Amino acid sequence: MTDSKYFTTTKKGEIFELKAELNSDKKEKKKEAVKKVIASMTVGKDVSALFPDVVNCMQTDNLELKKLVYLYLMNYAKSQPDMAIMAVNTFVKDCEDPNPLIRALAVRTMGCIRVDKITEYLCEPLRKCLKDEDPYVRKTAAVCVAKLHDINAQLVEDQGFLDTLKDLISDSNPMVVANAVAALSEIAESHPNSNLLDLNPQSINKLLTALNECTEWGQIFILDCLANYAPRDDRESQSICERVTPRLSHANSAVVLSAVKVLMKFMEMLPKDLDYYGTLLKKLAPPLVTLLSAEPELQYVALRNINLIVQKRPEILKHEMKVFFVKYNDPIYVKLEKLDIMIRLASQANIAQVLAELKEYATEVDVDFVRKAVRAIGRCAIKVEQSAERCVSTLLDLIQTKVNYVVQEAIVVIKDIFRKYPNKYESVIATLCENLDSLDEPEARAAMIWIVGEYAERIDNADELLESFLEGFHDESTQVQLQLLTAIVKLFLKKPTETQELVQQVLSLATQDSDNPDLRDRGYIYWRLLSTDPVAAKEVVLAEKPLISEETDLIEPTLLEELICHIGTLASVYHKPPSAFVEGSRGVMHKRLPARTGSGESTESPDVGTIAGGSGTETAPSIIPSQGDLLGDLLNLDLAPPTTTGPPPPTSGMQMGGMDLLGGGLDSLLGGDIGGSAAMGAGFGAVPAVMPASLNAPMGGGLGDLFDLGGGVGMPLGAYIPPKTVWLPAMKAKGLEISGTFARRAGVIQMELTLTNKAMSVMTDFAIQFNRNSFGLAPAGPLQVLSPLSPNQTIEVSLPLSTVGPVMKMEPLNNLQVAVKNNIDVFYFSCQYPISMLFVEDGKMERQVFLATWKDIPNENESQFQIKDCHLNSDAASNKLQASNIFTIAKRTVEGQDMLYMSIKLSNGIWVLAELRVQTGNPNYTDLEISVKCRAPEVSQCVFQCCEAVLKN
Amino acid sequence: MIHSLFLVNSSGDIFLEKHWKSVVSRSVCDYFFEAQERASEPENVPPVIPTPHHYLISVLRHRIYFVAVIQSEVPPLFVIEFLHRVVDTFQDYFGVCTEAAIKDNVVVVYELLEEMLDNGFPLATESNILKELIKPPTILRTVVNTITGSTNVGEQLPTGQLSVVPWRRTGVKYTNNEAYFDVVEEIDAIIDKSGSTITAEIQGVIDACVKLTGMPDLTLSFMNPRLLDDVSFHPCVRFKRWEAERILSFIPPDGNFRLLSYHVSSQNLVAIPVYVKHNITFREGSSQGRFELTLGPKQTMGKGVEAVLVNSQLPRGVLNTNLNPSQGTYTFDPVTKLLTWDVGKINPQKLPSLKGSMSLQAGASKPDENPTINIQFKIQQSALSGLKVNRLDMYGEKYKPFKGIKYMTKAGKFQVRT
Repeated sequence: MTDSKYFTTTKKGEIFELKAELNSDKKEKKKEAVKKVIASMTVGKDVSALFPDVVNCMQTDNLELKKLVYLYLMNYAKSQPDMAIMAVNTFVKDCEDPNPLIRALAVRTMGCIRVDKITEYLCEPLRKCLKDEDPYVRKTAAVCVAKLHDINAQLVEDQGFLDTLKDLISDSNPMVVANAVAALSEIAESHPNSNLLDLNPQSINKLLTALNECTEWGQIFILDCLANYAPRDDRESQSICERVTPRLSHANSAVVLSAVKVLMKFMEMLPKDLDYYGTLLKKLAPPLVTLLSAEPELQYVALRNINLIVQKRPEILKHEMKVFFVKYNDPIYVKLEKLDIMIRLASQANIAQVLAELKEYATEVDVDFVRKAVRAIGRCAIKVEQSAERCVSTLLDLIQTKVNYVVQEAIVVIKDIFRKYPNKYESVIATLCENLDSLDEPEARAAMIWIVGEYAERIDNADELLESFLEGFHDESTQVQLQLLTAIVKLFLKKPTETQELVQQVLSLATQDSDNPDLRDRGYIYWRLLSTDPVAAKEVVLAEKPLISEETDLIEPTLLEELICHIGTLASVYHKPPSAFVEGSRGVMHKRLPARTGSGESTESPDVGTIAGGSGTETAPSIIPSQGDLLGDLLNLDLAPPTTTGPPPPTSGMQMGGMDLLGGGLDSLLGGDIGGSAAMGAGFGAVPAVMPASLNAPMGGGLGDLFDLGGGVGMPLGAYIPPKTVWLPAMKAKGLEISGTFARRAGVIQMELTLTNKAMSVMTDFAIQFNRNSFGLAPAGPLQVLSPLSPNQTIEVSLPLSTVGPVMKMEPLNNLQVAVKNNIDVFYFSCQYPISMLFVEDGKMERQVFLATWKDIPNENESQFQIKDCHLNSDAASNKLQASNIFTIAKRTVEGQDMLYMSIKLSNGIWVLAELRVQTGNPNYTDLEISVKCRAPEVSQCVFQCCEAVLKN
Repeated sequence: MIHSLFLVNSSGDIFLEKHWKSVVSRSVCDYFFEAQERASEPENVPPVIPTPHHYLISVLRHRIYFVAVIQSEVPPLFVIEFLHRVVDTFQDYFGVCTEAAIKDNVVVVYELLEEMLDNGFPLATESNILKELIKPPTILRTVVNTITGSTNVGEQLPTGQLSVVPWRRTGVKYTNNEAYFDVVEEIDAIIDKSGSTITAEIQGVIDACVKLTGMPDLTLSFMNPRLLDDVSFHPCVRFKRWEAERILSFIPPDGNFRLLSYHVSSQNLVAIPVYVKHNITFREGSSQGRFELTLGPKQTMGKGVEAVLVNSQLPRGVLNTNLNPSQGTYTFDPVTKLLTWDVGKINPQKLPSLKGSMSLQAGASKPDENPTINIQFKIQQSALSGLKVNRLDMYGEKYKPFKGIKYMTKAGKFQVRT
């Protein structure tokens, strides 16, 4: 007889039958009935109606029956809280049972019942169990604290369970220590700033001792906890490493990887010339290799981590290339990861082997894998210069196979090789051209067109080739269209005589027949460039391109450092910082590798504030609307500014004018005559330098003055808005550039964003999310990007914000971590908002209240600041401040000083009081003094900065 | 920590769910099913799948997906290792780990899962501790329980749970005291077209079956311990002793367990025990292809190569084959294009061969891909790496145990490219 019989009877009326059986006098029948109930529960059937009957079976000496009832209780107590109370007495009694198994079971089960009323009763038994004589009970109770904390954090803190838990770290039994560490780690996750796991050399020593004796799972918890410790010096670091190293031989791969994490992190502190450092490096390789002989799922996680490790310390695995060779029956996810690591390990020494392997893979069946293998060959060429020639010939061999997707991938990577090694491998162009017809993927077509355009002078029939593409111009994807436009312009600049007709054809296709604003814009720019200053056109279009390097697919160093600290975690699998897991981690502390003592190597993050300059001529410069008119005038055309989205009127005059001018331009190009429109050329040269963001120059301050005369009516308009700054450079976000600022308009906080697509493909599906922040800022609606963002397009979005989101104190206080998603990836950046966004309109305090409050706030909360060089009298200052909801309540003149008393109310109800002193008597003395008082003194600094910004604008 | 577990069968039904914290709706598995649909083969489902609120970490074993749901940052390896442990435990308890076996023992399964994890923290995963807490189902016990009304849940705290040797229970008694060790090596290799070795490595394990009374303390020494530079030990092995003397010293668990696993890497020279001569060609424009395959022993240290099985995934263009094996039987599945040749034993005097022709689709072009040949074999009484046990000693108990050591070499992923 097996348990499957419990499933068979589940029909209608069944509940009644079970009810009867549960209430039977016979023990055996009761037990059978409970088993049936559990069986139904496991497959998701609702048997909650039987709650009272099952709970009645709880008072029994039969341990199995008791356990079964407990199982049931855990599942259904939530839905029947009142009924669950009935069980409390039995629990409390069981917690005193002489059998430690029952005591532990009772406290364990109680913790799983997520009902508030029950948790109150849990406290006393739990306290006893935490100090139980039996370690089995203590270790169970330790976990129970974490459970309770999850249900009611406040209760756990009030009852002092956290301290008891900390004491358990010094318990004599290693299993208890391990569980206490696990529980504390879990609790600490929801309190990122609390010092729960306050590690010091003594506690570290305890943990290291427990590490040797506890279970494998306990070892994982302890190792992960150790990884958070910052050793005082290299000697301590080394001694910890020595004691952790034996874990590398553990059979449990999670233990191994956690040990690797500790070692990778603490190694950072060891001087590189130390013998031990070399020994440690050698010891790290074998366990990593062994992980690759485990089950494929384990291999996958291991490979993702090895990918990080080889980027940080390539020397560890440099001799182990062969273990990453792909077996043909590996699951695809393992294959792709192995391929990635092979390229990272590729060097001059092993490149021959790697290439032979890659070529082999390129003939496999799985299309995704084959494509990646072909790309890998290209990456090898770019990474190992000496191998470039061999890579190119391998790619040519592959092109000869004529397998469609192989040919297309090969052409895409050959384009990159051309860019890395210009003027070296152009002899293969002829072979490439043979395959022109078989290309049907946009990326491959675009790559081929780029090659033809770039080397137009060496390809005799370049014009014919490009012309053939032009026939189906409108059916091509944007990527191909843009590339074709550029390529033909390049061709024209190189061979002006034969291709005049072609270039006019493509320009008119791009500007007149296309609905795509990017294509049109680029078309106009080329057109005008060519027509006004062909020399400038040559300089712009045929400019030298920046070389590409292998670094492009490396993880950015600061992120890599953070990820190394998170080896073995989900973050390491996704290669994203844990702060990216908005849902999972409730608060995140950024972990950093410790600085190496002794050597001067610094771990400071490199400055990445610079903006990607676009990829040479491939990105058309963005246009400022006002210049459209000017251009139109110069060209004698009745053109609307090119940024309008309606199709431009195809007038014959324009056609004619265009051609006339082209002719003129052509002459000057041919004659080498540099003259005429130099001014225009300069104008164009300046175009890319103008950032669209600067269009929204801050003018609020001045306006505020005007409006404020009449009192508070038009005030919101005049509030200070800082200029837009670049928050997310395109370089870091796969071509998406975000700049923005914050504004408060009519009582609504708005985040004003400028999104620019600097990549070559269309971006869609935008969404935005904020991490918890000090004032609970959260988007009040979705990010409204209605149409897809085409390459080189810029849009302005205004996102209303609410202040009712989850709150977590940030450092600095006004820091905001933002995640923006589009169809390509998720990107993260942080920005600081001026705290004046949070000043609400009803922030004017009554005089009496002000006086009382000012006195009430202790003097140590007062901070003094100075604003230098501010030429404002007190009225002007008051008006300016009022525009940003900083209200002047009273003004007093004492000894040639104007004293303004002001109040501010923050969106979360915090009042800030300020006193501003303005020297009126002495015009040379232009400094303002401001004292800020607030019950939450940490905001003072922000408030001051904000006042300064408002007053100076 | 681990929030919930769902068991999904090959037809995509959830047949068991278990929650350790709050209940997570089974609709979360929809993300898993999506990924499953996208994967071409069942084993290609990615092991970690993100969903808006959870992460799904799954393993596929015995054609059942074990899908764990986690909510916070948890080491994925920890979850995967745990899931494998769950599977091993089921197999240990029920003999097989199939949907039917799990359904037949659903209450025991539930009890086990409850005992293995508490609030997502692993509690008891050692098989001997679990067996003391929850007795494995046997026909005899079921009958006895039914008659006496007793249960299959242990009433006492398992002795191993808190001792320094949690893997061994006290009071073990046997009438015949015996300790057997199996040294099993698997060779993974990739051989290229020309017959040269691209990569070859050996994964070895020493599995033990120890039935000894009391608390025996064993030491095992090797003739050539320096072969073992990359090893993973069972927790019972005293690591310090190994570091210092290269001797395995341990108090063994009771019954079957894996004492250690080791890895002889590709940097050492690995002997390749068999060679393959092959000639698989397709001619352009012809609807016929040639197929010739000959196997022979290479470095086998005088031991016979047995249980040889060859299989190869032929190109999609192959319609059928007409082959002639010199020994054994061969099959070709025209649907999956899988060629299987059960060779049996290799006779060094008369090498086995498989020759004949393949018919291709008429008019189709020559296939692009080259089939890879997969070979399985066994060599008894030999460990390919040359690892040899020197002696096994027992301390702490008076009796004389019966000791035995077996060696075997198997092919792991042994692939020959053509």
